[in-house]
Amino acid sequence: MAELVGRDFAPPDVISKVTGRARYAEDFRADGMLFCRLITSPMPHAQVRVIDASEALAMEGVVAILTADEVPEIEAPGNPILTNTPHFVGEPIAALAAVDETTAQDAIAKVKLDLQPLPFVVDPLESLRPGGPNARTEGNTSQRGEGIREVKWTEEDFAAASGGELPMGEVTTEWSYGDVEAGFRDAALVLDETFVTAGTSHHSMEPRTAMAYWQNGKCHVFGSSQSQSATLNGLARYIGIPPEDLVFVGEYCGGGFGSKGSAYPIMSVPAHMSRKTGRPVMMRISRAEEYAIGSARAGFQGRIRMGFRRDGRISAIDLFIVQENGPNSGFGDFNSAAGAVTIVYTPLAMRFRGIPVLTNTPARGAQRGPGQNQIACAVEPLLDKAAAQLGIDQLNIRGINAPDSNSLYGGGQVPVTSAHLGEALAQGAERFGWEERRARSGRRQGSRVTGVGIGQAYHGAGQSGRDGLLRIAPDGRLHIHTGVGNLGTYSYAATSRVAAEMLGYEWENVELVRGDTSRNLAASSAQVGSNTTFTMTRAGWAAGVDAVEKLKAIAAMELGGAPDDYEIGDEVTFARANPSRRISHARAAARAIELGGRYSGAEVPDDIDDITRRSVQNLAGSGLIGVARDNLPRNDVVPALAAGFIEIELDLETGMYEIIDYLGVADCGTVVHPMGLAAQVRGGAVMGFGMACLERHVYDTRYGVAGNIGFHQAKPPSYLDVPSRMDWDATDITDPQNPVGAKGVGEPLMGCSGAALLCAISDALGGHYFNRIPVVPDMIVNAVARQAPSHRPLQVNTQ
Amino acid sequence: MKDMMPHFDLVQPADLESALDLLREHGGDAWALAGGYDSFDWFKNRGKQPSVVVDLEGLDELRGVREAGDGIEIGAMTSLTDIENDRLVRDRYGLLAEAVSVVASPQIRNAGTLGGNICQDTRCWYYRYGMPCYRAGGNICYAGTPEGMNREHALFGADRCVAVTPSDSAPALVALDAEMVVRNTRGERVIPAGEFFMGPGVDITRMTVLDPDDLLTAVRIPARWAGARFHFEKVADRKTWDFPLVNVAAAFRVADGRVEDSRIVLGAVECVPRRLTDVEDLIRGRVPNETTAAEAGELATQGAKPLNYNHFKIPLVRNLVARAVRSA
Repeated sequence: MAELVGRDFAPPDVISKVTGRARYAEDFRADGMLFCRLITSPMPHAQVRVIDASEALAMEGVVAILTADEVPEIEAPGNPILTNTPHFVGEPIAALAAVDETTAQDAIAKVKLDLQPLPFVVDPLESLRPGGPNARTEGNTSQRGEGIREVKWTEEDFAAASGGELPMGEVTTEWSYGDVEAGFRDAALVLDETFVTAGTSHHSMEPRTAMAYWQNGKCHVFGSSQSQSATLNGLARYIGIPPEDLVFVGEYCGGGFGSKGSAYPIMSVPAHMSRKTGRPVMMRISRAEEYAIGSARAGFQGRIRMGFRRDGRISAIDLFIVQENGPNSGFGDFNSAAGAVTIVYTPLAMRFRGIPVLTNTPARGAQRGPGQNQIACAVEPLLDKAAAQLGIDQLNIRGINAPDSNSLYGGGQVPVTSAHLGEALAQGAERFGWEERRARSGRRQGSRVTGVGIGQAYHGAGQSGRDGLLRIAPDGRLHIHTGVGNLGTYSYAATSRVAAEMLGYEWENVELVRGDTSRNLAASSAQVGSNTTFTMTRAGWAAGVDAVEKLKAIAAMELGGAPDDYEIGDEVTFARANPSRRISHARAAARAIELGGRYSGAEVPDDIDDITRRSVQNLAGSGLIGVARDNLPRNDVVPALAAGFIEIELDLETGMYEIIDYLGVADCGTVVHPMGLAAQVRGGAVMGFGMACLERHVYDTRYGVAGNIGFHQAKPPSYLDVPSRMDWDATDITDPQNPVGAKGVGEPLMGCSGAALLCAISDALGGHYFNRIPVVPDMIVNAVARQAPSHRPLQVNTQ
Repeated sequence: MKDMMPHFDLVQPADLESALDLLREHGGDAWALAGGYDSFDWFKNRGKQPSVVVDLEGLDELRGVREAGDGIEIGAMTSLTDIENDRLVRDRYGLLAEAVSVVASPQIRNAGTLGGNICQDTRCWYYRYGMPCYRAGGNICYAGTPEGMNREHALFGADRCVAVTPSDSAPALVALDAEMVVRNTRGERVIPAGEFFMGPGVDITRMTVLDPDDLLTAVRIPARWAGARFHFEKVADRKTWDFPLVNVAAAFRVADGRVEDSRIVLGAVECVPRRLTDVEDLIRGRVPNETTAAEAGELATQGAKPLNYNHFKIPLVRNLVARAVRSA
């Protein structure tokens, strides 16, 4: 039988992407379609007093205005659909529909928006000061599942921190394990470092455009989401209809990086506008708007105390994070950061304290390695600082602290399925020629100096309990109904190959059914959190097991004997004792239709999701249905780990540098799709370089406006900022809790590269640690000139 | 940011005379469109709303590099890519070839023109955002306030406005003693590159001497610096599609190991390209060694007045000027 798992293949939609035939949300059209544009807040915090659209609505070609009063209210501090209390510049207040976009924009200029300005804040520490402004009238902090409340620190809290140290007042989260104080007492070296990480934007290439219309009682939405079936229920809620009345089409996603994980409120605006006007409505989102509503990573103002034994082993860590949260619920980056520290450095004892603070900057959300990647960029250079003081190699200080499969995760110290960061480090060091390159560290050629670095990162990479669904048609072709989204990793296809392989299929005879919830898809996991590979290979495997069992049962019915006498061959089921006694999958499918019941999908397993149930009911009678929930045991955290190795040449006179070489090594279990993994290692590296050393998130504190609302201002990496060739490798050690041994890995591949680059810059500068990302050329020039940096300590949104 | 162009009348004249007539007829309501990379930003944000856009695309007479007098003449509509690849430019004025080769990105250089690159408006983000600053006709400079985010802004010559020239080609043209050929319906005038650009002290609402009915039609580069030793360097956050934090263009005549004459011009430190005549005087007759370079770098920073976030430009200017002198 064909081996599919672990082999390269061309995903079915590759050609349409390359040729431009692929249809993204913006490419869809419908007769009579209106265009709507958003009316957004010019103020960072305000209350809408009056929206007077009378003049605008009187204009020729203007059809309707939609306000927050006409759409479902999302409970605060969730992201609203539209709002009468904008909390950041660019937040949508209303939408206006017209026959074309120019008319809509002309009309928006005529809408009289009367706003009452309210106090605002863009720096969490300013909000924590006694009497400091709150980003929301209700308060300045919130935890998931709890309400919004106000926390202020005391003058004493602020006075206790000196010389640019982070003050540490009341927090909303705290945990610890082990004897932290003993860990510091026993330490040969204790570092106490304050750091700042910028909350940069997601820069999804495709802005979150959406189109919608209503037809025969159903709402059809064409949107941009990382996920497919996992987007359905949330979007239906935003529209205010049951999920079975929603058709969500999302064949392609031009980048999400966490900002389009599933449904998001603004995606429902065209549906509401379409319901109001009775016409299809397209809402194209511009680049500048995307920078306002396209989400951003949370920023950190943090402090970490690390105790090291003489051999480099970390005896204790005390981590404190103030999270710049945006004005809404945001994301739990700070908690995830602490979790990452427990598993990447396996400290013998650790305490974590943290608080998210609301700010009047764009609503934050998960961005590739949310928390884990910021903390990698903050802590990895400090490992080098400690290593230098202890006289240990950068590789060894990481090796001695690296987790193995017996290591524990988080404040609760729970087990992990498998962890091989030590192997990744050793393998990477060998492949990269670390010893040789390290010897070049500090080498000068004119004003250019060589720097080397290693970075590491973590992200949880697996869930369970999702459904797999497949159908063998009477023509013998295998249809895999995958609800996995198409965010660009091709894992929707890679994970589908598990069931295809189990059923003995040539890949050419497999059709992936996807991209449109009306095509009867399975309830798949949201394509977030590096989980798809682990989660959906399990679900695919479960459906494969179900189909295999049905095929064998049919073979036994047709050819005699017991199901166990049969095996699956190349698109056939055959008797083990006599392979010539065989039944093709095509014939078995026809038989399944005759048999009905569970074979044809007429009967549905009890434990599957409603989405899958409806799909099976629609498919019933059209072939042999394999459907099952993944009920395999999973009792541990699934860690994705990664290590990056880098060599750079930095010009001390300009602050610019060349990345000479980069190698990323993934601990992702069995490699399911080598080409896909290579793309993740390289793409993750590019994004990591951007987060660490290029991308800007600048706010004017007096007016609360953003200085980066275009690609050329926000500066994600370009081709010329990264090496044209980057190397990759994987530990390729199977994970015991996945049927094919696989884990996800997309996210830490970003953190490890950014951290490695930061380490290399500090290395080239002879051990100057910025304790801040991004590190941009002006900071390097100032450091070399022994000038103070431009920003004040702990200041945010300056780079 | 509106990100949606308003309506305007697009006029596509087939010859220069018609274009000049249109600019004269519509005056301040007209906008001359070259490659579009500055124009479209303004239109999309509705920051500029001309009623008539005069598209220069059809004016072939404004395209190409030709020998003229003792030097060359480059049509203002010549693309930056064509200039970078032009044999005459590369052979004689490598400084310009190098400068245009680092403008923006390859795609933008394919469409962007020399005239557009020279005449583009400043990139001060407050001004581009649509804040009603001095330059936009208001009465405040947002970037110059105590809280202003002004990492990219001016070290020199600030006068209410702290914006800088964003062009990579402009410093090179000033260093080459280029002349700007400006036409209107009344005739032609030729303006030295060093006098073409306008600081805020003269007129805070524009960047060049061009009046609304003027059109930059060509740039002439005399023989004076042909084949000289050149040095161009641009420091930016990214290696492509970025504006300079500081750039430097320099030309040297060196004989017997000594600098006979030079031009050293900085971009992105002032509203206009900043020619360093003091530095040129300092190094005249001297050996361009480390000592000379260090003194030159130091002198280049004299008079710099840093803002909140741009004091890194002082060591950067020092380094870039020293490197330029070392290269002579």
